[in-house]
Amino acid sequence: MIKLLSKTFRVGVVTEPVKAFGDAEMETLGAELKAVIDRRFNGSLAIRQVDAGSCNGCELEIHALNNPFYDIERFGVHFVASPRHADILLVTGPVSRHMQSALLTAYHATPDPKWVVAVGSCAADGGEFGISYASCGAVSNVLPVDLVIPGCPPTPLNLAKALLKLAGR
Amino acid sequence: MNVLLKAHQDSIMTRGSVPRFTWLPALQEELARLGVKLGEAQGESLLPARLFELNSRDWGRAAQEAKHQGLRWAGLWVEKPGAAFIVTACFEKQGDHALFRTRVADLDPELPSHTPYFSAASRLERHAADLFGIVFTDHPDRRRWIRHQAWGEGQFPLRRDFPRAGTPVPLTPPDNGYHFIVAQGEGVYEIPVGPIHAGIIEPGHFHFLAVGETVLNLEERLGYVHKGIEKLGEDRDPAGLARLAGRVSGDSSVAHAWAACMAMERAARIEPPPRALILRAIFAERERIANHLGDIGAICNDVGFAFANYQFGRLRELWQRDNLAWFGHRLLMDLVVPGGVARDISNGFGFAMIKQISALRRELDELRPLLAENTSLQDRLVAAGVLRKETASALGCLGYVARASGMDFDLRRDAPYAPYDGLPVEAVCRGEGDVAARLEVRYDESYVSLGLLEQLLEALQDGEILAPWKTPPAGAEGLGLVEGWRGETLCFVRFGEEGRIARYFPRDPSVFNWSALEKLIHGNIVPDFPVCNKSVNGSYSGQDL
Repeated sequence: MIKLLSKTFRVGVVTEPVKAFGDAEMETLGAELKAVIDRRFNGSLAIRQVDAGSCNGCELEIHALNNPFYDIERFGVHFVASPRHADILLVTGPVSRHMQSALLTAYHATPDPKWVVAVGSCAADGGEFGISYASCGAVSNVLPVDLVIPGCPPTPLNLAKALLKLAGR
Repeated sequence: MNVLLKAHQDSIMTRGSVPRFTWLPALQEELARLGVKLGEAQGESLLPARLFELNSRDWGRAAQEAKHQGLRWAGLWVEKPGAAFIVTACFEKQGDHALFRTRVADLDPELPSHTPYFSAASRLERHAADLFGIVFTDHPDRRRWIRHQAWGEGQFPLRRDFPRAGTPVPLTPPDNGYHFIVAQGEGVYEIPVGPIHAGIIEPGHFHFLAVGETVLNLEERLGYVHKGIEKLGEDRDPAGLARLAGRVSGDSSVAHAWAACMAMERAARIEPPPRALILRAIFAERERIANHLGDIGAICNDVGFAFANYQFGRLRELWQRDNLAWFGHRLLMDLVVPGGVARDISNGFGFAMIKQISALRRELDELRPLLAENTSLQDRLVAAGVLRKETASALGCLGYVARASGMDFDLRRDAPYAPYDGLPVEAVCRGEGDVAARLEVRYDESYVSLGLLEQLLEALQDGEILAPWKTPPAGAEGLGLVEGWRGETLCFVRFGEEGRIARYFPRDPSVFNWSALEKLIHGNIVPDFPVCNKSVNGSYSGQDL
């Protein structure tokens, strides 16, 4: 146990201050975010992530938002298990036809008001997969989309920035 | 001349001095005794695998004998260039891959199934049945697999006359009406989970039958992220196919892109420059380490050991940041291209990488006892999700899932391709087959990969990183086999007119390892499913295509 505690203390907190993200826009957004979320979302912005057909690359980077470097929860942003608890649906992938109904079910289960964020090139415009017998292409072909975060996959930094921007809208 | 270059020049045709296919004469002899002719096809395009043609009526008997002689079933794909179907199955023994090929007539296409002899064949045969309309006559499970409701019964998307756009309806209905296995009796209940799971995970459906907390049976229903990758590969140019291959499974981008490029290069008779091959291996080992680090943390997190999730999440993030700084992409996508690699590294980066390798090794040394000596962690990992060797073998398991159950196989060692043919690769093997063993295999493989990275960097010589592309003739085919972090990653490519792809088939190791999850969960409690699942970590996208 002493070794574990020792490692914990020696590594310390690696979570990066907002300014370590390295640009002025982010600093301003980060500073304002907590206030925005406190005011508009009662202190917490709940996200339900739905993979509607991605290659899982986007999932890896969304996951990284929760690693100790980004620790997105400190801004009041957290991932929830049920769409019924969510303010935002974070949708990745081209929407596979086999996931179309499930995605719509999740959408309808999310209480209004809600935002839909399309994450990644495939969600933005179909990406490498496009529209086919198996794929509906962009998320906007299935749902009204409020924000698109491009990138293949978008980096955690870009994801964080976009979410902060959205909350501040 | 350094050992890597020398080995490289030995080329894939001779593959060093190890005698190859020593088991083949016995198989051929036994098949001949049964009246089955296993005729070796002319040509060398599918090297290092050897190709044998046989009559479709002997298809089942050949598999039966292959099973009898201890071959592993490693994949199956179908082509339909003209009137007849061409069906090819891949077998392996002692690192040698043999392809059996047969032709099936257009009308009422029927073929004996391999599944009665190899459980591993079940899902890929169902996949082929759904997408090509071949009936595997004695297949014990005739339910559809990859087909949900996006296309109709009697429609077969991978046939040439099926348009890529299909004939979809505006809203594809949910896949109701699939017949899951049922159980009756007091206290037996069903737990349907998914397709959308409670986390940042890919979609799929799990159908549990439970008694109290104990899992009586688990049935997977996958196919939700079927994107038509095989169809989308058709008519692409080589660069386009490499991009697509890098997105078969985003966490295995290097493995799939390398396998696809290897297949295309073999078809086109192109040798990537030695420097490019070493860089590919550097990317592949970095991909292996990144995934191992992330999953070690995630496995611990699934049993509530947040300390490890924090530490290994930190290490993975640092590793990915280096990927971005040195190679321009956190997941190393689009770096492996036909003929070589898209990006070189400078000597300065090489020096920095050596430093980071030492740093990570020190961290792993320090963290290991903290995991091993934590009794509350080990209490959850040891003896959870046990996969017996016989089961792993019957299901054709691959990678760390197989090695943790005592199947001592690693392509990098047993069927080495450049640059691994010049490197001593240690395959990490355990026998317990539980969650703890899978974690330990991955822990030790991370060390092996760090050592390999040092040797690869040392062997890196100045030179080209891209060989000029040569358009292969129509009909040229190639096979790629790469040991990705999940295990043997197979890829078949056939070229059509003007250097365009006529057929692309990637086989992710998950295809087999998913079936293992159904078995290893038996008798475990439902709350242990997440950690058991994570310890296997099958790719949904890689299996659904």
